Amino acid sequence: MDPILLARIQFGANISFHILFPTITIALGWALVFFKLRYRATQDLKWMDVYHFWVKIFALSFALGVVSGITMSFQFGTNWPGFMERVGNVAGPLLAYEVLTAFFLEAVFLGIMLFGFRKVPGWVHTLATVLVAGATTLSAFWILVLNSWMHTPTGFEIRNGVVHATNWMEIIFNPSMPYRLTHMLLASGLTTAFLIAGLSAYRWLRNDRTPAVLAALRFGVAVAAILIPLQILAGDMHGLNTLEHQPQKVAAMEGNWETGPAKPLILFAWPDEATRSNRFEIGIPYGASLILKHDPQGVVPGLNDFAGQHPPVAPVFFAFRIMIGVGLLMLAVSWIAAWWLWRRGDPHPWLARVLVGMTFSGWVATLAGWYVTEIGRQPWLVSGVLRTSEAVSAVPAAMIAATLAAYLAVYALLLAAYVATLFLLARKGAKPQTIETGPTSHPTAFVPAE
Amino acid sequence: MFDDPAVWLPVAFAALMGLSILIYVILDGYDLGVGILFPIARPEEHDRMIASIGPFWDANETWLVLAVGLLLVAFPVAHGAILSALYLPVTVMLIALIMRGVAFEFRAKAEAGWKPTWDRIFFAGSLLTALSQGYMLGLYVMGLDRSLATVGFGLVTAVCVAAGYTLMGATWLIIKTDGDLQRRAVRRARVALVVTMIGFAVISVVTPLVSGRIFDRWFSLPEFLFLSPLPLMALVLATVVWVVLANQPHARDRFSWVPFAGSAGIFTLAFFGLAYSFYPFIVPDRLTIYAAASAPESLLIILVGALVVVPVIVAYSAFSYWVFRGKATELRYD
Repeated sequence: MDPILLARIQFGANISFHILFPTITIALGWALVFFKLRYRATQDLKWMDVYHFWVKIFALSFALGVVSGITMSFQFGTNWPGFMERVGNVAGPLLAYEVLTAFFLEAVFLGIMLFGFRKVPGWVHTLATVLVAGATTLSAFWILVLNSWMHTPTGFEIRNGVVHATNWMEIIFNPSMPYRLTHMLLASGLTTAFLIAGLSAYRWLRNDRTPAVLAALRFGVAVAAILIPLQILAGDMHGLNTLEHQPQKVAAMEGNWETGPAKPLILFAWPDEATRSNRFEIGIPYGASLILKHDPQGVVPGLNDFAGQHPPVAPVFFAFRIMIGVGLLMLAVSWIAAWWLWRRGDPHPWLARVLVGMTFSGWVATLAGWYVTEIGRQPWLVSGVLRTSEAVSAVPAAMIAATLAAYLAVYALLLAAYVATLFLLARKGAKPQTIETGPTSHPTAFVPAE
Repeated sequence: MFDDPAVWLPVAFAALMGLSILIYVILDGYDLGVGILFPIARPEEHDRMIASIGPFWDANETWLVLAVGLLLVAFPVAHGAILSALYLPVTVMLIALIMRGVAFEFRAKAEAGWKPTWDRIFFAGSLLTALSQGYMLGLYVMGLDRSLATVGFGLVTAVCVAAGYTLMGATWLIIKTDGDLQRRAVRRARVALVVTMIGFAVISVVTPLVSGRIFDRWFSLPEFLFLSPLPLMALVLATVVWVVLANQPHARDRFSWVPFAGSAGIFTLAFFGLAYSFYPFIVPDRLTIYAAASAPESLLIILVGALVVVPVIVAYSAFSYWVFRGKATELRYD
């Protein structure tokens, strides 16, 4: 097999697995801060119950994020040596600042957050929780700065084929960064909101209907209902930004081959690169022109203007539709659920089942969105500066294939264990708390809060 | 010489990276060592061993990310060359690190019946991480060539590093535990100390024999006179650790910290010996830190940040060790 494709699949598999966990921990960290602050404000113990349940899931997600992140720091070099050799002068400082300002902060204070509840004063513990949440967000900031720069590079010059930084403010605040960062942080918020709502609905369905479970359920649904319209707005603005800087990516997302006015919004089609046309196309007339140009006669760029320079169409086209589809589903479910909970207080069993079904919907949308933007950047690794094919390593294809198989096996196993453990914890949350602190049991990891 | 940033920046970054590797080896060394020592404990003691490293392991591994990150950003050509040459052992190490890292959480949170399995994974992952790191050290010393002799030497260094981490883990347990578990840790520490010192001796003999350049750096005058204290101090430290171990566990826990500190000192001396042997090469005998370094302006930006942030990291890490001082008791995730 082609070593470039293998290296991309391997890196893509690793980064896809990795992103699942930060997507949860970035927002879940702030949710934990919220639970703690609610407790301090109300002295209602249900908020500590909510905190103690979700901090376990935070710890588990964080551990998976950390270990899969270590893999990333090695694979930059093993899979894409050309990346650091050519653009390392920009990428290097951004990655270094992520490690220095975020990784140590979150790692050290996570220890205090998880194990120090009885060892430090309450305010120090709350401060540790804030620092962990802040550090995860800071980490997202640095990595999204770098990723955005790869899409819309600014603030550099090329000397002897190597990129040199000339203006760090332009590099950090590159044109797509504010949109991408907002879009990703909201994605994290939505992923966590649906996770909290889903697992809480699961507990509610199993007759675990304590005030803590209901509080978490309401929290998840409310956050989802508030964030989803903001996300649709942010996504639209991000798309317009992409249209300005990477029109070929938008053309692939829309499945639009010929540049022209009055383009339809294609709901479904089978893009065929061989014939450079769509089969089975179903579309809404003027839709794409309206969305992208806010004018039914607006001229929308097509793929044929970028022949040989545009990304593979089908994966971008379908991933985009999956993301949008899940987003619309999130809108419908969260608003219906919010309305129902507001009017009735308790969820209907059917509503609870739908929420359980949506537990990991954020993962699907987030991954689909990342595939749109990353595959959409091809054939470039850094837009207009470095081609993916120029950065690939000389490691033999057979070796990449063998290690890829090993990684995939590990990731499949861990993903299954993670999801199973989440639902197991949800079932355990239902147990009366006194059983596990009984005098006969030896010290256990499941000693709940007093 | 030090007016020109292109000269002193690579040295500064080599020093920073070396420091990260040294801190990593000592810190993750003890928590990997505790994992390697899992079989000496009864299942009910495993929670205490985990409790002794639980608050720290994550930050400890971050030093590896920093070290590899500094290699990546400061010496990108070397990062590609070294890690591509070590592709398979790197993969083994990464998968082992993943499995042991998640085992911390899964052993406590997964179905109770799975706990012994996750404990075994934790042990195997810790051991495999240590072995693969030692193997990589051996291949690096041998100039990243792969032949029967270098692979054989890599296997020797693999055992040596695993023994060294076991020593760090056992001496850590002497500080953090008491009773029967502490007594067993003392016994393992003695064995590990002997194996580690033999391993260091083998590396010290083989390295100058492999490279004429390294031989000349050590065995010429007056360098030899300045350098001879290095192995002598290591021997003195090993003797001190040995003697103190003979009196451990002490009823009032006197000097229980000495074996750990002494072992960390031995690692530090060994590290400086290696660093002196290879400087200024980052890929042995092929690529110097000057030839591999990134552009000075980018390195300067990182250095300024590192000089501000690293003291802060050290400060809050020290705070964390102070919070979790004393014996590890039961494992509580709250």
